[in-house]
Amino acid sequence: MRKTVWRLIAVFIALTLVAAACGDDDDGGAGEAQTATQATEAAEESAPAPTEAPVEAVTIEYWLWDGNQQPYYQQCADDFTAANPSINVEIVQFGWGDYWTNLTAAFASDSGPDVFTDHLARYPEFVASGVLVPLNDYVARDGVDTGAYFPGLAELWVDAEGNRYGLPKDFDTIALVMNSGHVADAGVTAADFAAAEWNPDDGGSFQELIAKLSVDANGNRGDSPDFDSSNVEVYGMGLEGNFGAFGQTTFSGFAASTGFQFLDVNPFGDSANYDDPRLAATIDWYVRMIDAGYVVPIEDVESLGGTTVFQNGSAAVMADGSWKIGTYIGADTPFDVEFAPLPTGPSGSRASMFNGLADSINRSSDNQEEAWQWVKHMASAECQDIIGGAAVVFPAIPSAADIAVASHQANGVDVTAFTVHVDEGTTFLFPITDSASQIEAIVGPAMQEILRGQADAADRLSQVADEVNSVLGS
Amino acid sequence: MTAAQRALPRRWPLLRSSNLHGGWPSAFWFLLPALIGFVAFYLYPAIRGVYISFTDWNLIANEGDWVGTDNYDRLLDDSRVWDSLKVTIRYTVINIVSQTILAIGIAVLMDRLTKSVVIRGIILFPWLIPNVIVAMLWVWMLDGNLGIVNEFLGWFGVDPIRFFTDTDKVIPTLAGINTWRHMGYTALLIFAGLQMIPKSLYEAAALDGATERQMFFGITMPLLRPILALVLVITIVGSLQVFDTVYVATGGFGGQPGGPANASRVIYLYIYQNAFDFNQLGYAAAISVLLVVILLAVTFVQLKLLRAGESDLS
Repeated sequence: MRKTVWRLIAVFIALTLVAAACGDDDDGGAGEAQTATQATEAAEESAPAPTEAPVEAVTIEYWLWDGNQQPYYQQCADDFTAANPSINVEIVQFGWGDYWTNLTAAFASDSGPDVFTDHLARYPEFVASGVLVPLNDYVARDGVDTGAYFPGLAELWVDAEGNRYGLPKDFDTIALVMNSGHVADAGVTAADFAAAEWNPDDGGSFQELIAKLSVDANGNRGDSPDFDSSNVEVYGMGLEGNFGAFGQTTFSGFAASTGFQFLDVNPFGDSANYDDPRLAATIDWYVRMIDAGYVVPIEDVESLGGTTVFQNGSAAVMADGSWKIGTYIGADTPFDVEFAPLPTGPSGSRASMFNGLADSINRSSDNQEEAWQWVKHMASAECQDIIGGAAVVFPAIPSAADIAVASHQANGVDVTAFTVHVDEGTTFLFPITDSASQIEAIVGPAMQEILRGQADAADRLSQVADEVNSVLGS
Repeated sequence: MTAAQRALPRRWPLLRSSNLHGGWPSAFWFLLPALIGFVAFYLYPAIRGVYISFTDWNLIANEGDWVGTDNYDRLLDDSRVWDSLKVTIRYTVINIVSQTILAIGIAVLMDRLTKSVVIRGIILFPWLIPNVIVAMLWVWMLDGNLGIVNEFLGWFGVDPIRFFTDTDKVIPTLAGINTWRHMGYTALLIFAGLQMIPKSLYEAAALDGATERQMFFGITMPLLRPILALVLVITIVGSLQVFDTVYVATGGFGGQPGGPANASRVIYLYIYQNAFDFNQLGYAAAISVLLVVILLAVTFVQLKLLRAGESDLS
């Protein structure tokens, strides 16, 4: 009896070992199902060409993370292949989290896509590891006009040595999304928000607006003395759960409207300004607003995310990025929304972080010339007009971005709250360093402590500044 | 019995030739698949991991230079390593204590009350759900705003509890989830151990008028010791290596894995961050080596203290 049991356990452990060993590559094929090949088109095109000498077709693998954009880039790819029959494009899509894990693994094994959608927070680390192809020679040879894009976008993709690693494809800015029902109940309009002023001391007219929009369980509004901040039904302002080191959709616009800048030099600064008192004052304003019951507590949005809480009706307005417009006007949001620009700050103007994506070429690609042709096509007006017409994101070329705005307008959605920052020149660039993930790991948790009231903003941020600067300096 | 057979200790019964009946060749072929898996996926990576821990290996570039003991020097000065070890130990203590007590309870109840395979199957059910699904499930159920658990608590006038986003509650919550997931499996292992205890002992005790309680502490627990030692080694080592539940549940849809404010940054998560977020594979490997040394020490001490190789039965 005893021996049998021990043998069973031994067999079980052996099986577990085998299972564990086999299970390791579970994720390897995850993306295969989502692959959209153009095999059929390739077949159609190769058939009627008897007179020409057979050209060996090359397939470029292209990765992106936004599934909403895939159909439109597929259309760009179809047009591209029609004009260049010898180049096929195979588009592969992964969700945001898997995307970077897979890309890192691909670089480590000298494989992966020929061309991929790149992000400003990631590309400096790739440059440092030498896995991207500099595009300078191609740009010069083909006479690509990098001045065709919104000012600043093209320069983001040039490193300290002057090497260019991407051509811009789109941009994003931040604005307030408003729950139309909640703001109408309070008698507040988008125009009130567009005219609002904010400062970190008393919050200005912006704070009065979010106070008015806050409602407690007894129906008292935040501007009433009876307002119960411990029993809030609707918060004036929601919050993205990942407050973060760069606060793209949270504190960055407010902090920048005081004159705060993340880095001494952007891009590629070697010291950060986390100990700037204007940043501490901004974060401290958030803490006071959470205490007052006007801003949703960070604990409530970290788990399911700020968007879910907003969609649940628990917040009246929320700052978010232009890439989320589709989420808010789509079926997932069970009420109507309007957009308003971020408020004007003590510096006298509003401020929105300005970020953009670009396409980069993998150094291990065997077909870098064809990869460049595809990158060039995606950065051209021809493809960007298609992307603009789909109104999923704002393309990097102004005329194509106008198409996106018009396309939203035709659907009755006014998205000028996002573009006003660009039109008025009130954007500031995403801080680019080669240690973004380490900075995130240092500052992110510190912000979580401060917003919980477990640490003083000024004290904690000055500690953070030392840690961040030692990472940047090393 | 020959001299050679006598020389082999009792705890290696499989190695005695009389038990194998000359079956070594066939045993080899049966072991081969597991052996290949072991060498390819455990032994070689482990040795290479130790090598990488002495380099400044960059994950993306996939190369690194020998830096001697730099990574180990850095590790000794890195307060985050020791913080994350503390978090891990706190998790392990809560998880193992609750899981083992509940598992023994369930196993004894199954042994004394029912032999129903259906009930055994139901008890194993949570263990069959993938970790990631378990974590997502509990994230939704325990959410402070929208979770069903807080909805129920609200009926009794309890204020919403922020299970995952309160810095003091996140580790007990995670430990509780994994207790829920693993206690059935642990109970089955212990149940197997209970089958080895001769029923005659209980009959004799019952004739002598012993209560269930006396039988549990006088017969069951002492005779369960070898199996319990094995179960504890497996579960404690597993618990110290917790990762996926933490990563998924604290990352959620909006937070940072290991949050809030690093309150749930267990050692494995810190290793993961260094390797896959910061691309510092060399340093991550050095922390992994430290973890291996700790796990070996824990296992060795446990087996010695609990005398796992001996039984009180014979």
